[in-house]
Amino acid sequence: MFALRLVGAVVIPIAAFYTLWVTFDFLRDSEANRVIVVGVAVVVGVGGVFFLYWAMNRAVELLPERYREGVRPWIFVGPAMVLLSVFLVYPVINTILISFKDAQSQSFVGLDNFKFVFTDESMLRAIRNTLGWMILVPVAAVTTGLAFATLADRLRRGEAVAKSIIFLPMAISFAGASITWRLIYSFRPAGFGSNIGLLNGIMLGLGQNPVDWLSQHPWNNLYLMVIMVWMQTGFAMVVLSAAIKSIPDEIIEAARIDGASEWQVFRRIIVPSILPTIVVVATYMVINSLKVFDIVFVMGNAELNQTEVIAERMIRWFFIGQDYGKGAAIAVVLFIVVIPVMVWNVRRFREEEMIR
Amino acid sequence: MSLAQAGDVEEAAEPVVAASQGRGVGEVRKGGWFVLLTIVAVCVLWLIPALGVLVTSFRNGDLVNTSGWWTAFAHPFQAGEWTVENYRSALDAGGLGNSFLNSLAVTIPSTAYAFSWMDFRGRYLLFVTVVGLLVVPLQMALIPILKLYVNGATLFDYVVFPQLHLNGTFLAVWLAHTGFGLPLAVYLLRNYIGSLPSSIIESAKIDGADHFTIFWRLIVPLSVPALAAFAIFQFLWVWNDLLVAYVFLGGERSVQVLTLNLANLVGSRGENWQLLTSAAFISMALPLIVFFSLQKYFVRGLTAGAVKG
Repeated sequence: MFALRLVGAVVIPIAAFYTLWVTFDFLRDSEANRVIVVGVAVVVGVGGVFFLYWAMNRAVELLPERYREGVRPWIFVGPAMVLLSVFLVYPVINTILISFKDAQSQSFVGLDNFKFVFTDESMLRAIRNTLGWMILVPVAAVTTGLAFATLADRLRRGEAVAKSIIFLPMAISFAGASITWRLIYSFRPAGFGSNIGLLNGIMLGLGQNPVDWLSQHPWNNLYLMVIMVWMQTGFAMVVLSAAIKSIPDEIIEAARIDGASEWQVFRRIIVPSILPTIVVVATYMVINSLKVFDIVFVMGNAELNQTEVIAERMIRWFFIGQDYGKGAAIAVVLFIVVIPVMVWNVRRFREEEMIR
Repeated sequence: MSLAQAGDVEEAAEPVVAASQGRGVGEVRKGGWFVLLTIVAVCVLWLIPALGVLVTSFRNGDLVNTSGWWTAFAHPFQAGEWTVENYRSALDAGGLGNSFLNSLAVTIPSTAYAFSWMDFRGRYLLFVTVVGLLVVPLQMALIPILKLYVNGATLFDYVVFPQLHLNGTFLAVWLAHTGFGLPLAVYLLRNYIGSLPSSIIESAKIDGADHFTIFWRLIVPLSVPALAAFAIFQFLWVWNDLLVAYVFLGGERSVQVLTLNLANLVGSRGENWQLLTSAAFISMALPLIVFFSLQKYFVRGLTAGAVKG
């Protein structure tokens, strides 16, 4: 009986894995009809995973009783942990390793790739530009978002509509937003048709010469940042607005009765009360700006316009340039920058667990 | 990023979209024309870029290239001003119709996978790892994963990861998005489920339910709001993603997704504005529909996504 149970405990999960495997094989074939592929993927994705859990749970039931409770948690955690290890933990270690190797990862080259990262002219520009993104975008987006949230809070009506409008760009892709803004910055030199970009339309309307906005270094970096601010302000606004509304009315009323002006209420009460939220939102935006890729990539030739950023360089070297070593080294630089945030995250989490 | 605060934010964000109910008359000093004017001005400023795309995408191709889109308002009823031809050619010539399906093909299963692999009983140490992984930049994962897909992996001559030839297939992207979305899903759901009253689970246990039954019959149904928030966030994240699709699917026409197609159109037809704008608008349509119909969950998903790297 015991032997039978043990065999069952092994056979059932293997059968489940095998079924998943066969379906994966089918899904890999991109020649198959797309609708069917998607259908199968959804069924397997949801049904198959449920089945896997069910099968493994049954398998545990078949184990001798004293092992059951020890094994069971790992069945629930296991699949996710395997995926996490394959897709995040292993790559992080591997990327660090690759960053010390040459373009084809054949032999170790020591710190050469990092030397490249910190000496190459284009890379240095990318680092400078990224620093600019990390400072200016969060400052602009949080300030605008906070101001808008505060003002919208005082509207008699239409607050929801106004907020939706600001929040709207958050839903679209960076690629779509980039095209949207290319239309605004569009420039045609004399003799190449009329200027249909909004900004140059305004310039012409004011009697000025049209400007090729996206090649005006260093200002073109700012013009690209505007796109990100356009997209992210809504996020800051929604989160900060929620925080503002959660400040007890009594505090604000009391301040007003004591004769505080609206500016003082804002400066001395609202801002300090929501400071933790501001920090969270700003951190989120700093990380987002650090990783900005799509905007720069879609908006034109970064090298020509000198608008390179770190994440865009990484793709340029790793994917287009096929130099794994340099690409990995650039990725490692990104990683090192977020390590303090990681540590902070984990520390906060542990503190919370202490309280729990 | 502080997790505690992000959690608070997530909860607090909900009533906001439902707007300004709540406060009694006179508690907030309502602004006058200055406030109104500023708000309207900012809103108009925010809408102009999108309006430009919308108008251009419906304008006649010749007109698009000879006059600014704003001039269309001067003679809005002139014959030959408007057309839907751009959309037709964007869908045909640009291969956008295909990309639209491809985007869906990438998006739906990724969301579903991420869903199903979610897990709720992480051990402390494992969970600390998950928390740490939240902000790892995707760029760190691209090279090794691509190598895995192309070459497989061996450790001391044993095949750890077989050569799957996944590169350039949807499956590659689904799996990658599932893996990348997982830390957030685990983190989010653990916090949500942790907040469920333990008395429900206790009573189910007393009634003789085992872990598996409790999980599927009790925990999953109770977690629907959190699941929905995550699903929507993941859906939009995948839909709007360019990086992962670019690296793992490559530029082949048959599997190209919308965002990649847009990026390529900019390169190949950068001055063909009627096509570019209609293509851009096609790519925005679905997220905007999601945004307007599921605003509450959408905001919650996004604010929860604030902890994601």
